[in-house]
Amino acid sequence: MTSSDLNWDVIVIGGGHNGLVAAAALAKSGRKVLLLEAGNEVGGAARTEEFAPGFRVSAVAHLLNRLHPDVVKTLELERHGLKVERGDFVPSVALSKDGPLVLHGAYGEVLTGASPSEQSAWKELRAQLLRYAGVLKPFLSRRPPDPGNMSLAGMTGLGQTALALKKLGKEDMRDFLRVLLMNVYDLLDEQLSDDRLKGLLAFDATLGSHLGPRSPTSLLGLYHRLAGEVGGLSGAQMQPKGGMGAVVAAIRAAAEEAGVSVRQASPVAKVIVEKGRAVGVVTQNGETLRARTVVSAINPAAGPREVDTGFVRKVKNIRMKGDAAKLHLALDRPPQFIGVDAADHKGRLVIAPSPDHVERAFNPSKYGEFSPEPVMEITLPSFVDPSLAPSGACVLSAVVQYAPYALKEGWAAGKPQFLEAIMKQLEIHAPGIGATVRHAELLTPADIEARYRMPGGHWHHGELQADQMLMSRPVSGWSGYDTPLEGLFLAGAGSHPGGGISGAPGLNAARRIIAMRA
Amino acid sequence: MKAWDAIVIGGGHNGLVNACYLQRAGLDVLVVEKNDWVGGAATSRELTPGFLYSNCSYVCSLFRPEIMRDLELPRFGLQVISYEGGAVFTRDGDYLANYRDHDAHRREFARFSRRDAEAYDRYSRDVTRQCRFIQPLLMRTAPDPTSFRPRDLGELLYLGRKFAGLTAEEMALTLRFWTMSISDFLDEYFETDVIKANFALSGIIGTALGPMSPGTAYVLLHHYMGEVDGSVGAWGYARGGMGAVTKALAASFRASGGTIRTGAEVDHVLIRNGKARGVVLSGGEEVYGKLVVSNADVKRTFLKLVEEKELPDIFLRRVRNFKIRGSSGKVNIALDSLPEFPALPKDSPVYRADMHFTDSIERMERAYDDWKAGRWSADPFLDMMIPTTLDPTMAPPGKHFMSCFVQYAPPKINGRDWTDADRDGFAESVISQIAQYSPGFRDRIVHMEVRTPREIEAEVGLTEGNIFQGELTFDQLLFNRPVPGYAQYRSPLSGLYMCGSSTHPGGGVMGAPGRNAAAEILRDLAKPTPHMSPAHDVI
Amino acid sequence: MNHHSTIEPSTDARTLAQSHFRTPRLGTPFQPRIDALGLQQDWYNWAGYRAPHSLWDEELEYFAIRSQAALFDISPMTKYRIEGPDAEAYLDRVTLRDVTKLRPGRVHYTAWCDDEGFVLDDGTLFRLSPTRFRLCSQERHLPWLLDSAIGYEVSVEEETEAVAGLALQGPTSFAVLRDAGFAGVERLRVFDLAEFAHDGATVTISRTGFTGDLGYELFVPADKALSLWDRLMAAGELRGIRAIGYTALNRARLEAGLIVANADFTTAEHAIRADRLRMPDEIGLGFMIDPEKGHFNGRRAILEARAKKKLRHVLVGLEIEGNIPAEHAIVYYKKSQEVGLVSAAIWSPMAKRNIALASLQRPYGDAIVDDLWVEIYAMRELQYQKLMKKAKIVPRPFIKLDRRTANPPADF
Repeated sequence: MTSSDLNWDVIVIGGGHNGLVAAAALAKSGRKVLLLEAGNEVGGAARTEEFAPGFRVSAVAHLLNRLHPDVVKTLELERHGLKVERGDFVPSVALSKDGPLVLHGAYGEVLTGASPSEQSAWKELRAQLLRYAGVLKPFLSRRPPDPGNMSLAGMTGLGQTALALKKLGKEDMRDFLRVLLMNVYDLLDEQLSDDRLKGLLAFDATLGSHLGPRSPTSLLGLYHRLAGEVGGLSGAQMQPKGGMGAVVAAIRAAAEEAGVSVRQASPVAKVIVEKGRAVGVVTQNGETLRARTVVSAINPAAGPREVDTGFVRKVKNIRMKGDAAKLHLALDRPPQFIGVDAADHKGRLVIAPSPDHVERAFNPSKYGEFSPEPVMEITLPSFVDPSLAPSGACVLSAVVQYAPYALKEGWAAGKPQFLEAIMKQLEIHAPGIGATVRHAELLTPADIEARYRMPGGHWHHGELQADQMLMSRPVSGWSGYDTPLEGLFLAGAGSHPGGGISGAPGLNAARRIIAMRA
Repeated sequence: MKAWDAIVIGGGHNGLVNACYLQRAGLDVLVVEKNDWVGGAATSRELTPGFLYSNCSYVCSLFRPEIMRDLELPRFGLQVISYEGGAVFTRDGDYLANYRDHDAHRREFARFSRRDAEAYDRYSRDVTRQCRFIQPLLMRTAPDPTSFRPRDLGELLYLGRKFAGLTAEEMALTLRFWTMSISDFLDEYFETDVIKANFALSGIIGTALGPMSPGTAYVLLHHYMGEVDGSVGAWGYARGGMGAVTKALAASFRASGGTIRTGAEVDHVLIRNGKARGVVLSGGEEVYGKLVVSNADVKRTFLKLVEEKELPDIFLRRVRNFKIRGSSGKVNIALDSLPEFPALPKDSPVYRADMHFTDSIERMERAYDDWKAGRWSADPFLDMMIPTTLDPTMAPPGKHFMSCFVQYAPPKINGRDWTDADRDGFAESVISQIAQYSPGFRDRIVHMEVRTPREIEAEVGLTEGNIFQGELTFDQLLFNRPVPGYAQYRSPLSGLYMCGSSTHPGGGVMGAPGRNAAAEILRDLAKPTPHMSPAHDVI
Repeated sequence: MNHHSTIEPSTDARTLAQSHFRTPRLGTPFQPRIDALGLQQDWYNWAGYRAPHSLWDEELEYFAIRSQAALFDISPMTKYRIEGPDAEAYLDRVTLRDVTKLRPGRVHYTAWCDDEGFVLDDGTLFRLSPTRFRLCSQERHLPWLLDSAIGYEVSVEEETEAVAGLALQGPTSFAVLRDAGFAGVERLRVFDLAEFAHDGATVTISRTGFTGDLGYELFVPADKALSLWDRLMAAGELRGIRAIGYTALNRARLEAGLIVANADFTTAEHAIRADRLRMPDEIGLGFMIDPEKGHFNGRRAILEARAKKKLRHVLVGLEIEGNIPAEHAIVYYKKSQEVGLVSAAIWSPMAKRNIALASLQRPYGDAIVDDLWVEIYAMRELQYQKLMKKAKIVPRPFIKLDRRTANPPADF
């Protein structure tokens, strides 16, 4: 085949934020890129959607806390409308019957509501967590090391990590090596005493994973969070104006300016494979599109017939059953969370009163049952952007755990009960909120799977646990965005470094393709 | 006043192994033991006439053949009877047995799932590959990754080479073993609940983790490592109960000229100018020694036997942070006849094996949830065996001794100490589970010894009654065990060493910590070690 | 859960199967006949079955294969029934050879690999109909076969116990079958199969075998095993039919140059040591690889190893001077450099030569084929007689018998 037979250099399947980032970066390298999105709108789980008349909300992800700086820079997102200012950072509020505790600035630069001794303990722990997360941070923006084939680049990466470790100093390095795979519960117990603070951190460490705070390795979740940054500050978070859809719009604008053709409502039926090489796709309406390179920014499920059984087996073994549900409430008026001042209502409100509470919430999910007393993080996006709700009304958006994908009794029966359990928790912290609910939308992982085409409804496209990270993500042997099919690459959250609105998998994949001259 | 060359605090199996090696190197060694008998957690005691109990440990786990040979334990009376396998009873009135014969094993699994029966080969290949990688580390001192001393660098290089020698697939497997839960790991091979439960139990025994906790896949390896170097019989019953192991060790020690003082509880370690100089017994008597080795766990050693002011803050902080968790108990039962299990054919070899009643991972995990909530498990996991089916000498003719290892039992009940009523409730949970599968079981009971973490700590001195002297999670393995910076059997105090299961490679009646500690001590003394045979090759 | 109720023993089929522990070595469906003839009582364990090394006289048994007709029980072989509209596509992906070229009524020898291109096993694939196959192998592979079926409309079932198998091999084997009344068996060309009536059931007869001789394999439902045995024995009485054990068969297969899994190479799912893994090209199965057919397991790795010259071993046939079998002898280059190992060796009664299969490290056996030696340690009355013998690489099979493929088959 000559190159003139090719319609496109690259076809990107899936217009979630990672697909858009990959497409944009590839187009910027001079490639002719077509992006195919199955839905009527790009953005995937990062869209802003109307869920009740006049009420709009970020579909799944509702906080921006880890959009990778390389993505912002490469795509010049600020020029395309992404605005990040220090004033946009919102606090994290640990709700409690004993009054809230607030982490201000970038993940608690200032802590209020806690005793002086707790404040100094937190200061020390925060610095330590950021230091250790900093050691791991460089991994986010490169391919995972390939143990089978150590290239110079891979060695350099590891060398840099070793250097960063050395810089910690002997005792700090020892502690780092000790706590690396530890659970978050014990570490908090060793260093803190305030249950509200410990509960918040335990929640953050386990958010989006099938782990409880007592599960060994759960501390990695906290590192992963703190390795993220916004506006150059690790651990900072903001509610983007216009919801997450506005961030996607900026990425899309960058992509289109770079020349990416975006086709919506174009689900792909299959990847065309000829002699072990991906050469294009067939859309569901039967159109054949050929390209030199195909990039899948959707979940790493491949056509089993074109790849080896061992690979299929590994993919089948990826644990990707989500545990997080998303709640959207259209409220007649803004709620009042007890003891939380007006400014902090713009923040992230967390119901996770103690690590034990989080652990107890986790227990039932192991057996396919939802938490009777769920834990959650709540945002009120219309506080930040009033255009998201009718005047005087309010949008509440919450990520709620634990809601196992495969509920034993089935979600048809379980959903109303789970909603009731959630409302009970909300009512404790914002009395009277129930009476103001005009409309409630609860997306279980099963709903998220159906609506956003994310198998298992897992927002990381696969558990982000130690055995599914780095060289084991998405599967061992194929962690560097390549696949067993020549010309087919992965660029979704299922690849390293995982989910969240970071764009890192998309950008890393694009860099890999460019380096391969594919 | 006499000064011993070395004083070993505690006559458990590791203390005795350590003492034997030191004595045989020409040192004059004293072992001080608080109880009136030696053995620590490896004892046999006659608590009711005619019945010998293996009170704590109930099986030789990976007992190192090099040690048995060096210390001539067979000559001093140790006889080991090999394991015959195990079984899990199912709630539908059947059981799943493990047979040593490969094909019988496969056919047994095939009764439940043909797929699982044929998955066993790949599973055992993968486990064996990992054991071969890790097993040689048992008899080596862990390197300090922050050190630039030639020896540490050499050991790090050894580790690095071993790791680099693995294929990419093997490396991935290694990472999985160190980080996965045994439940997730088994899901990749097997589909049947009872088959998964059958393997998962090795991932939880002795730990305060459930089968769904990441890290339990490694615990499984810890139990499997025994036989990759062809050390037949590393797992087995000691004839005469587990006390036979320490009895043989004590005899070997005495034969080589060593001295044991029982009924001698150490109040604290005598320290002068930052150097250990001996011990002070609880009566106030001072016993002098040029060096002191503690077989007690790291918390007891440094938080109870040494004054705080003698130790650096960072070390103390790390010792306090060391996790020793009471997670198990023991119910020892004297029976007037062999219990019947209607699910078992009368001639089944399972009567001679260890038996379990937890037939799903979920039941195991729920038992763990109880522990997390500060309760003993309502539906506990039992590792039960009737040693008298193999060694009738432990009970009067026709009568039997039954050993039940029980998980989970928390160190405290809802934050308060165990009471006698709690202890009885705990025992009842065990008896009622057995009685479900063995009608008339209660009527056969002659005597019962119930050991919750409270009893184990009080008698044996294990903090929280933890059988491994510390959790086997990654933050407490290799160079992190017991604490970073002091993973080489030494302590911040000159002349004070550790040799218990708190140190690398951890718990079980294995003897490796005691031997490795002796090697380090003799290195410090510049003594040759011709009496220490090299670790077996793994080829 | 109620702790006070007692659990009653179950009586279902699964529970009834408990008793297997009393017979750690099973008998095959032919066991009554074999026991009656197996006067040597010389058994070995074949995949959990009690199988004879030899029944009466190993040498007579060998010559039954080469001069008369030999009956060998192959029931312990692992058998999978693979059926469904996608069975062909499925097997084409699982196995090395092109299954689309295997017509119904045909058999081929094939092998299958893991993702890294390492051989999981070799075996025979019988195409019983357009959508129905039987795969026979030495080892067990159900999880691999089931996981391979993801995305295919196909069912995979293990049928080892349900199907009994016999190999009837030797110059008079055709005549025995004809005389036993299997009309039409003369039409079977080598690697053909057909179904015949037997005792109210069906027997599948294929012109295949493991001896390099004229021969057939017969598969029958387990409950018809004994009547089939009796029918063949009766028909073969005047043709010198004789039941044989593995020792005789092993000689014959070596003469035919055929390899045995986990004897001449280590299968991938059993290899503990990573360097024991073998690619098809490293054990003489390279001929099976068809880069032009559709995707198959291991394709990427195998083609890459070929392209990048990463193949490390080669399996060769050796002819060794003298008459002392070189089993498990080390192979040397220039009498000093260790370059490989003999996996199986005999003195061949047919070829009257000292033959062996050996695995060599490339380039030995590949680019360098001269100056090879084997060091034989022959234990004679508690002393090793050390022999350094010259070895020559020769093509396999070591013997070639025209009667194996002659059509119509000869009536001896």
